[in-house]
Amino acid sequence: MRLCMHIALRFLKSGRGQTFLIILGIAIGVSVQIFIGSLIQGLQKDLVDKTIGNSSQITVYSRDGGLIGDYRKTGETAEASDADVRSVSFALDNTSFMEYGGDSQSLLIRGLSLERAEGIYHLGSRMKEGSLPAGDDEIILGTDLKKEYGMNLGDKVKITTTGRKTAYCKVTGFFDLDVSSLNTGWGITTLRAAQKIFGTGDKVTSVEMHVKNDSVFQADTIAGKIKKALDRSDLKVVSWKSQNRSLLSGLQGQSISSYMIQIFVIISVILGIASVLAITVIQKSRQIGILKAMGLRNSSARGIFLLEGLILGALGTAAGICLGLGFSFAFSAFVLDSEGNPVIAFYINVPFILISGAAAVTASVLAALFPALRSSRLDPIDIIRNN
Amino acid sequence: MSSITELRKVNKIYENEIKNQVLYDVDLSLEAGSFNSIIGQSGSGKSTLLNIMGTLDRATSGDVLIDGRNIKKMSPVMLADLRNDTIGFVFQFHYLMPEFTAMENVLIPYRIKHGNITEEISRRADMLMRRVGLEEVKNNMSTKMSGGQQQRTAIARALINDPKIILADEPTGNLDSDSAEKIYSLLKEINQEYGTTFAVITHDRRIAEKADRIIEIKDGRINVDIVR
Repeated sequence: MRLCMHIALRFLKSGRGQTFLIILGIAIGVSVQIFIGSLIQGLQKDLVDKTIGNSSQITVYSRDGGLIGDYRKTGETAEASDADVRSVSFALDNTSFMEYGGDSQSLLIRGLSLERAEGIYHLGSRMKEGSLPAGDDEIILGTDLKKEYGMNLGDKVKITTTGRKTAYCKVTGFFDLDVSSLNTGWGITTLRAAQKIFGTGDKVTSVEMHVKNDSVFQADTIAGKIKKALDRSDLKVVSWKSQNRSLLSGLQGQSISSYMIQIFVIISVILGIASVLAITVIQKSRQIGILKAMGLRNSSARGIFLLEGLILGALGTAAGICLGLGFSFAFSAFVLDSEGNPVIAFYINVPFILISGAAAVTASVLAALFPALRSSRLDPIDIIRNN
Repeated sequence: MSSITELRKVNKIYENEIKNQVLYDVDLSLEAGSFNSIIGQSGSGKSTLLNIMGTLDRATSGDVLIDGRNIKKMSPVMLADLRNDTIGFVFQFHYLMPEFTAMENVLIPYRIKHGNITEEISRRADMLMRRVGLEEVKNNMSTKMSGGQQQRTAIARALINDPKIILADEPTGNLDSDSAEKIYSLLKEINQEYGTTFAVITHDRRIAEKADRIIEIKDGRINVDIVR
């Protein structure tokens, strides 16, 4: 084995130009793979984050659209049904009519268990002004409403429920959820305050939760588990995946195109290595012939070319990973939107890079298989007789 | 004396588009420690004979015994190991590996068997390089040597595993007469010093006559066999 390695290295060194070119070929292939893969994954992560990062990923509703009374127990059961469930929180959502000054509009009043909801909505960091509501008659509104009506902190808004009950709430802060419809359409208050305004008693309309980051795409499976654990025909469990089918099919399309690119890159890498090594076997047939005459076994002759494939693959892959990460970094550093933020954030998915690298190295060794078999079939007598 | 290589009724037929018999019922036994020269015209079958003795080529029929072992039923692996242990080759073309130095080339047959180089084998390689007069250039790349030096390196390489027999096919065919003379003297000296058996194909009758035994092959048969 040591001799095979020694010979493989010397063969590669003796054809420096050829070796450099094939390593460059593999490196470019792998870098494209890493770059395209990271780009698409970054894009998808961004999209998913923006779409569901600040909303409930799994929600338990009452099937008839009504209220849930034993919501605490429902939350506990949901939390216990899968280890990936986190940030279980409760919401009482009701449409209302808001009046401010001479203006009025409809407003979705969201009564949230604020401490728990922080894990879903991250309101703390989304407050642009003021503070979260604490008392019964306090509310926070979106920054867009503030702009539209020229509101100030401490102003009071009149809320009229569909049951014609009215309440006056003090605006304690303004939030920015990055989505205009939410910034104009939501008013957030405490769960207790909402229960009081709408006179629902200790009930909620939904139990909301997030799942761990790397389980986001398993939300439907987890939702299934929760449904089973709850075992209640009057409740329905909905995951973000069933609510965002068009986004999902878009993501899936992207993933497929990314896989296709990666597969064709791997195929071209395999063909490149196989053809160069096939030529090397012919170039080195004299050496292989004499080595065999001196007692080198066929398996060792194969080993030389498999090792060449491995060395080329490993060096090319290492260079390709660096190059690919360099491309990704450059893309995020130089391709900026109008506000100077990267269009797609620099995203490194270590397992993806490791898998791509391992696939490229394996492909290189596989590509060396054909030339290796050719060298093992080489008969020394043909070399010696036909010199 | 015991025989190191024995051919019994060896026939060799090449069957491509036309059937071509190269060797006819050859019986030949080389005694251990002897220096044998094989002569004959081009196409007489002498190289085929040598290649069959070296297990590089297979006889169509008949038996080949190397060091008392019949090779007929040996697997390619066993044959490879047998060649590595027992036989040293010197060809008309030196067949050194251009990617390695002279010294590294000499050590290759040992490394094929053992992988690593020991201090002992290093000393032996040094000694062989000295013996063939290449001490000064032993670390040169094999391509940076004269034809005579390359052939002497090939001889040192053939000797590294202390083989029982060295098969040489026109080892001086590519050299000027001066270098050729030196190479033959070297082979003869090695034969006498180490007792290694030699079978050397040559065109040069003058050189052939220095051997202990001259075997002339003609049309695939042993025509003349003189032991002196």
